[in-house]
Amino acid sequence: MLAAVYAVLLYVATAVFLGGLAVRVWQYASTPNPLKIVATPAPTTAAGVCLRLVREVAVFESLFKANKWIWLFGWTFHAALLVVVLRHLRYFTQPVWEWVALIQPLGVHAGFVMLASLLALWARRLVVARIRYISTPSDHLMLALLIAIAASGLAMKYAAPTDIVALKSFVLGLIYLDWQPLPADPPVLVHLGLVAVLMIVFPFSKLVHGPALLFSPTRAQVDDARERRHLVAWARALASER
Amino acid sequence: MDQVTVSDSEVPDPLEIPALAPGAMRASKPYGAAAEMQKPLGFPGALVENWQDKAIEKMAELRGKYRSFRLFLDACVKCGACTDKCHYFLGTGDPKNMPVARQDLLRQVYRRHFTLAGKYLPWLVGARDLSEEVLDDWYSYFHQCSQCRRCSVYCPIGIDTAEISMAGREIMDAVGKGQKYSNEIIGKVLRLGNNLGLSKKALQATLASLEEDVLEETGVPVRFPLDDEGADIMLVAPSADYFAEPHVAGLIGYAKVFHQAGASWTISSYAAEAANFGLFIGSYENMREIALRIRKAALDLGVKRLVFGECGHAWRVAYNFLNTLAGPFDFLDQRYPIPQHICEFTYDLMRAGRLTFDKSRNDHLRVTFHDSCNIARASRLGDRPGGQFEIPRAILKATCNHFFDMAADTIKESTLCCGGGGGLLTDELIDLRKKGAQPRMRALQQVAAEYGVTHMASMCAICKAQFSKVLPMYGFDMEAVVSLHQLVSNAIVLDRAGEASPKGQQ
Repeated sequence: MLAAVYAVLLYVATAVFLGGLAVRVWQYASTPNPLKIVATPAPTTAAGVCLRLVREVAVFESLFKANKWIWLFGWTFHAALLVVVLRHLRYFTQPVWEWVALIQPLGVHAGFVMLASLLALWARRLVVARIRYISTPSDHLMLALLIAIAASGLAMKYAAPTDIVALKSFVLGLIYLDWQPLPADPPVLVHLGLVAVLMIVFPFSKLVHGPALLFSPTRAQVDDARERRHLVAWARALASER
Repeated sequence: MDQVTVSDSEVPDPLEIPALAPGAMRASKPYGAAAEMQKPLGFPGALVENWQDKAIEKMAELRGKYRSFRLFLDACVKCGACTDKCHYFLGTGDPKNMPVARQDLLRQVYRRHFTLAGKYLPWLVGARDLSEEVLDDWYSYFHQCSQCRRCSVYCPIGIDTAEISMAGREIMDAVGKGQKYSNEIIGKVLRLGNNLGLSKKALQATLASLEEDVLEETGVPVRFPLDDEGADIMLVAPSADYFAEPHVAGLIGYAKVFHQAGASWTISSYAAEAANFGLFIGSYENMREIALRIRKAALDLGVKRLVFGECGHAWRVAYNFLNTLAGPFDFLDQRYPIPQHICEFTYDLMRAGRLTFDKSRNDHLRVTFHDSCNIARASRLGDRPGGQFEIPRAILKATCNHFFDMAADTIKESTLCCGGGGGLLTDELIDLRKKGAQPRMRALQQVAAEYGVTHMASMCAICKAQFSKVLPMYGFDMEAVVSLHQLVSNAIVLDRAGEASPKGQQ
């Protein structure tokens, strides 16, 4: 019964996450940029723009210019999250890929780094008057959610070790449609439940900032307005009206 | 002689973060546009009866037409990186002048109407209905943004508050709540061809008197041609260049450069305006109407090249939008950039060795350079990224012996707005303009104290007008701001042969 509830929840969450994200990306990709509004100095070629976006995604270039503390906590959180997610691939693959096996020790440390940087980000949100002013309840809750996910995940390993082999066969069962029982440990249930919540919330919240960055016109446009005429459909229609 | 009065005490940090002062600038509002200013632009004359519905309709329209609007309102993570980047926040401490908080004024309503969470759980995500109070805040605070894009440099997602304040103004215009200053000026340029409402006759008289002045001063017959059919180059200058100080000294500089280059050029009375205030109110249609005047003038005069004078937002519109709004310019000479900036023109001649400067003529000046926001962060000069920083400095160093940059975090892409851009250069906003200028003024005070800088060069009509007004409020002479091409004008050696022999000494 428990396994069935969680199975359905995780299927729904995955569908909402992927479907919602696809819709978002389609919305951003299909909404026109009638004008060149790239923030300069900017690359003058498409390859240059790709490199600019890689720098923004990989090292948060603009944020680094803005504020070293936000950059430090924000970047370490995202980097740690990436390692943690990669580490989790071991629960989805059989046999486990070699490189995934290799990063396992790193992944465990990353869990703590992630938790610490989330706490630091939350502290800034509470302590710095300017950031407190711009925060809504959802901004606090989002941090709480991520912290709870990280903490419950670490609890599964350190506080109340769960039957990880059983858990993995539950996950593999979800993938191969061969449902298996779910270990009924509280940290497991909390962890999986909150991850499902996160996936469901993702496409409808500020968490879309990741994919959005790739479509952000001030970053993703090429600085070539004088060389190439930029004209979108509704603007073209305006021109033919006259 | 200009006096710089910087007290012995240390100049405060230009970027010092103030304590939050909620509501400090709530009462700052520009005059509203009267019906006769609204209607020619296609806007209702006064606040329409069902303005809430109309505003939401307009938001839905913008959400479909502008990716920036949708994406910027969706994607902010409230990280706080921008909170200390706006010169109006630094100068006033009003938290609604923090870029993200300014965006939130629109985002709150957007969330209420266009997001799931905002519809069903408004308290959770800070969503709000569009009340009179909110509209009031929009009018106040979207007119406390000079659309300088400084915040966008630092945003990890690239959110540009300028786009939001433009959208906010566009929505307000759509419901009949326009701003007098911008909308009256757009009306003038659409009727008369320039922001000042100068007639062709007045323009002709002004240019003729400039020819006399320059001849008297230099003994060289430098021409200022108007509506000269068949000229090679059409100069599009901001109309302030025709009469205001220090702008006119810049215009004289352009004319001397054209003279020395032996270029055939003209000004058009039909499009005697580089400025395009359609940008400030976010109106694609009005911006396009103004841009099309330039195309028509170029076609009518049969020119081969377009060169723009010193004006920040005008260069943004020219560089980034002119091709879109009024192109294609296949009838112009494709060997030159379309359009070209006067600084590019001068710089190219410099590099070709065709200009001689006597730098000592600027020795009475110790000069720094104010990067204008729209040139620094919204356009480019020359072939390479960053040319907008290098080219003006190269010109300054070629024409002045004493050049000093201000602090690194207040120039180039981090440059601070003059405090009067984006349609705020109007008398009733002088308190805001003074406070918004504070970070730039402190940076200037620093170089004045450290290097004895006496003058600040600028290449933007709005910056020049704003600084002329606020410099005295910070202990400087109003003439401490100079045009970039004023320094070129001072230093250029006019020795081109083949011109009708000038009378008097040479």
